[in-house]
Amino acid sequence: MAEERRPKQCTVVLPTESMKAMAESIGVGQLQEESCAALSEEVSYRIKEIAQDALKFMHHGKRCKLTTSDIDYALKLKNVEPLYGFQSQEFIPFRFASGGGRELHFYEEKEVDLSDIINTPLPRVPLDVSLKAHWLSIEGVQPAIPENPPPAPKEQQKTESTEPLKAVKPGQEEEGSTQKGQGATSAEAKGKKDGLMRMKPRSTHELSVEQQLYYKEITEACVGSCEAKRAEALQSIATDPGLYQMLPRFSTFISEGVRVNVVQNNLALLIYLMRMVKALMDNPTLYLEKYLHELIPAVVTCIVSKQLCLRPDVDNHWALRDFAARLMAQSCKTFSTTTNNIQSRITKTFTKVYNNCWLDDKTQWTTRYGCIAGLSELGPDVIKTLILPRLTVEGARIKAVSDGPVVSNIDKIGADHVQNLLLKHCASVIAKACPLPDNVEQYRADYGYLGPMLCSHVVKARAQAALQAQQVNRTTLTITQPRPTLTVSQSGIGGSGGSRTPSIIKVPSSLTLMSTRPGTPTQPSPPATKYIVMATSSGSSSTQQVLWTAVLLGGIQKIALFVNP
Amino acid sequence: MAAVQDGQLNLEVEKDIKTEITNDGSGNINANSSSPGSTSSGGKSKSPAGSGEDQQTLLAVLQFLKRNKLTESVDILRREAGLSADADDSPVSESAGAGSGGVPSVGADGGDANSLLSRVSIATPVAPPATAPPKVVAASGGEDQPDVNVVLSAYSQQGDPVLYPLYYNGLKKFIESVLDCHRAELSQVFYPLFVHMYLELVYNNHENEAKQFFEKFSGDQECYYEEDLRILSSMSKKEHMKGNETMLDFRTSKFVLRISRDSYQLLKRHLQERQNNQIWNIIQEHLYIDIFDGMPRSKSQIDAMSGSLAGEGKRDANKAKVFYGLLKEPEIEVPLDDEDEEAENEEGKPKKKKPKKDSMGSKSKKQDPNAPQQTRIPLPELKDSDKLDKIMNMKEATKKIRLGPDNLPSICFYSFLNAYQGLTAVDFTDDSSLIAGGFADSTVRVWSVTPKKLRRVKSAADLSNIDKESDDVLERIMDEKTASESKILYGHSGPVYGISFSPDRNYLLSSSEDGTVRLWSLQTFTCLVGYKGHNYPVWDTQFSPYGYYFISGGHDRVARLWATDHYQPLRMFAGHLADITCTLFHPNSNYVATGSADRTIRLWDVLTGNCVRILTGHKGPIHSLAFSPNGKFMASGATDGRVLLWDVGHGLMVGELKGHTDTIYALKFSRDGEILASGSMDNTVKLWDTLKAFDDVELDDFTAATGHIHLPENSQELLLGTYMTKSTPVIHLHFTRRNLLLAAGAYNP
Repeated sequence: MAEERRPKQCTVVLPTESMKAMAESIGVGQLQEESCAALSEEVSYRIKEIAQDALKFMHHGKRCKLTTSDIDYALKLKNVEPLYGFQSQEFIPFRFASGGGRELHFYEEKEVDLSDIINTPLPRVPLDVSLKAHWLSIEGVQPAIPENPPPAPKEQQKTESTEPLKAVKPGQEEEGSTQKGQGATSAEAKGKKDGLMRMKPRSTHELSVEQQLYYKEITEACVGSCEAKRAEALQSIATDPGLYQMLPRFSTFISEGVRVNVVQNNLALLIYLMRMVKALMDNPTLYLEKYLHELIPAVVTCIVSKQLCLRPDVDNHWALRDFAARLMAQSCKTFSTTTNNIQSRITKTFTKVYNNCWLDDKTQWTTRYGCIAGLSELGPDVIKTLILPRLTVEGARIKAVSDGPVVSNIDKIGADHVQNLLLKHCASVIAKACPLPDNVEQYRADYGYLGPMLCSHVVKARAQAALQAQQVNRTTLTITQPRPTLTVSQSGIGGSGGSRTPSIIKVPSSLTLMSTRPGTPTQPSPPATKYIVMATSSGSSSTQQVLWTAVLLGGIQKIALFVNP
Repeated sequence: MAAVQDGQLNLEVEKDIKTEITNDGSGNINANSSSPGSTSSGGKSKSPAGSGEDQQTLLAVLQFLKRNKLTESVDILRREAGLSADADDSPVSESAGAGSGGVPSVGADGGDANSLLSRVSIATPVAPPATAPPKVVAASGGEDQPDVNVVLSAYSQQGDPVLYPLYYNGLKKFIESVLDCHRAELSQVFYPLFVHMYLELVYNNHENEAKQFFEKFSGDQECYYEEDLRILSSMSKKEHMKGNETMLDFRTSKFVLRISRDSYQLLKRHLQERQNNQIWNIIQEHLYIDIFDGMPRSKSQIDAMSGSLAGEGKRDANKAKVFYGLLKEPEIEVPLDDEDEEAENEEGKPKKKKPKKDSMGSKSKKQDPNAPQQTRIPLPELKDSDKLDKIMNMKEATKKIRLGPDNLPSICFYSFLNAYQGLTAVDFTDDSSLIAGGFADSTVRVWSVTPKKLRRVKSAADLSNIDKESDDVLERIMDEKTASESKILYGHSGPVYGISFSPDRNYLLSSSEDGTVRLWSLQTFTCLVGYKGHNYPVWDTQFSPYGYYFISGGHDRVARLWATDHYQPLRMFAGHLADITCTLFHPNSNYVATGSADRTIRLWDVLTGNCVRILTGHKGPIHSLAFSPNGKFMASGATDGRVLLWDVGHGLMVGELKGHTDTIYALKFSRDGEILASGSMDNTVKLWDTLKAFDDVELDDFTAATGHIHLPENSQELLLGTYMTKSTPVIHLHFTRRNLLLAAGAYNP
């Protein structure tokens, strides 16, 4: 590795073009090629020297990031005047421009209106330095508190669940724990530090008293009646880094809970349990893969179950199905790998159920709704391949319910929901997939009963997409707006030297706004002259605008400083 | 002294001028006594030099002496000038004797401590005598343009540039063909040879050849020289060499190699057979080959010791005796606090405590044979408050937890929040009641971590109103209105890189980029003194464990020893070849350790100002040092992520602790020395079993004499624990008196 890099180090020098650009910026027009080469070598050397000194300041500042002030101090060390007031919001504040065969990085200095600055409200005062103490370790064991990193990092949990083969034989584990004479709780920590013996930590089945209390409190709060308490409990589940050991209990709690409450049609509790699942999934320190075999059935139950509540005509169990479907999609996205194939297995499950109800008219609308919701959350591809082909049949069925004799209120509501669901999900997919124009008749032919409604939804979706696109456009416009004000031209090498007068012209901002597509550099270059074009306003060709600017002046010099050795 | 050695001295001076050996480990204040050290190297390089050249240098020396009005010496030199040809060879053996002989005599001086006391405490500083400043300048690089030319001119002798790669290749082939046991040793020659050949090519304006030479052979060099190679590679023109510090280092100091006699003979024979004068010249002029008798060293032995900017330390450099023992604690009658005792007895651990206390008592009564004399350097007398503190300390010590592999310390972590990447230094007081932080915005902040708030002393006008006879006068002088948990000290004009509390908690030192060290009062929270002496950033400063003295070191490569009541340094320790990055007092205050960016650690004798140890082995700039509480061992951490353990008495590396992946900024031994804690940029605190580490090393007489030690690969066994922080680099560690580990760092979200 080092050998590859070293020869490169030897040869990295600034391009001679940079020297030319810099010379031009201070009014030296014709610089010999040789002097450019000599200069660039010298400058590169000095820059490397300064960078090396700056690194010293970085090390002593106990940072891993080089800052502009480090470079200032390094310059001071060499008795060179530091750069005053160079600061940037971005990590690499340089813009790139090319044109006329030249490539250029420059530092963009915006012109600032003083009155704007004066009128803006003061920014918030940054918080003062403060000191906070916590236990990093108590007698050799790191407590699982938010101030400490999670005891078992997510990566480790992941490797454990995906590569269980790495587990070590029990004999070695015994040895490891007796050797250090520590309790079982620290077996995990040891697994981390003994890089040689990667042992599968023995999962502790005994929770400490505090953990038991915590578990009791949390589970009670989650299914209890006080909403504020529940919010707190869920918040704790979603953020606490020390839950790793309690995960099996939670997952059992959830799966058992769902099993019981589905039978009892207790909608509220089911919703609470699903929220717990969501909180667990949100916790950045937990890796749930090992517990999916318990969680997924519970979630799927909440999606497709025939009945989830006591009064299906009044209660909003649809929301629960939607929520659970989203959860399902989320877990598919996170945990699906080539080995476990969660996504495809889930898709198959839904399709199977769906096929059943397709064949069988008797299937509840609720289950049908669940299947469609579950499938459509999995993404537009799934919708396209699995749902769109069935729209006609589904449409006919809905029509039968809504037009036909009123069989039951429940069916009617169910059909309604399914219809809305289909329209919602399919419209956006069709809007993307099908070409314009939207023809009602065409839609009717393609999708049957749902066609006309679908058509209007698609039109709406398209309008919305267009609106959004416009907004995006507008934002880019505001970002790029200051840029096209400055263009660079004519550096007249070999031309008539006398006529070239560097000037700074500020293009009125109205002019730039007229140009509909800023930022696309066009190239009005006659062969003899060289241009460095940052951007031009295409409409105003009569005024060849803006040449050398302070931007380049200051900018290039600063670029020079940031070329790393 | 000068009169006795006159003849020899003149030769030495001459050498100093010719090769500008400014610092041979002992180049510092005591200009005269320092030269014996340099003779040992000078004598050897002498023989090949032509006699015509000698004549010239003699003349130059004469001029120099005249200019400095050293007429006596001039006469002697004149007299001896005719004999100089004969005198050439003789000093080789003699000077070695003088080199080692010089130090014990210095030690004998130490007996006369009373006179020294007056020398130090009376305002006439012993420090910079007339000869010191020019030397210092030469070492610091930068402004010394005239010297550079002298230095560079040594490169003017040149051969055919085209032949350089051939020479190098020839040697490479030869070394690859020798017996295995010699190969590793001889391979050490590659790097210095490569560097000097490259520099010679560059100096003689063979830019392209130099580039090719570099590209061809830079890949062969050991990976730990990569950083220096990077600097070298950027140097491609003669003009660049001027004022380049790394360049100067290579020139002004000889690269030291340790090679067994057999291997050396082999190399010598080969070069003479081939008539390979180019390489031979370089070896003669720029390398110092320390020849030893015995088995050639193995590759791993060599790798463990090499890596510094100028090769290994010479064996002679580590021969001086170091009194590493602790000073006898003054006897203080501990008033038996009956209530306290009984209260603890009820807690039920009386058995453990009693014997420990006895052992403490006996320890303080016996004089450690390795300890320096109590009065070797003058130390401030104990004040009443110090005695009180000592008593407190002893009481706390009785409650100390015994640490060990089965009994790891608890770690309390102090995170600095909202520091915006600006925290640069941290220190705790010994009793762990105050924390100070140095920041990049030039401020120093002090926090109280006990419920006791920080208060200022009242203004002079208010103080005059206080009844001085009252019992609680110490309470009354404090201004209650100013009580707060933290105080900010303004005064520096650059980032504060080093910070240190005085042991009595009355003062705070801070060193900064602005080149000053400031002394702050923690009674009034104002700046008392700004010590100016370093012109460049001061990277670190540290109070002596007995107060009064302090050490500072920085970019100018000179460590300075100060006393708080002198505005000029008492000692200047010059010798490092690059920035001094960290400084530390030995627990007995008689020695000072400095770590440097030249990847060596040096131990300096405070009394004489001599460098008594040069420890090499790190492969990156050293950023942290720690002495074990018994003063016998030292630990050092560097940017290479390794902790090295040293035996101070023998000047030997005794352990290597691998595990960190980034710069180690903090090291600390537990109060009993059983555990070493290390904190690093990689956001971890690691605990190491040092008892085991020191036990595992078997020190027989041979290894002690030669310094060729076999390091056991046992980092994994010694590692007792790793504790990750949440994206918070650990930049300071401290064991409280009860062996609780405190760590500090700034949280970087």
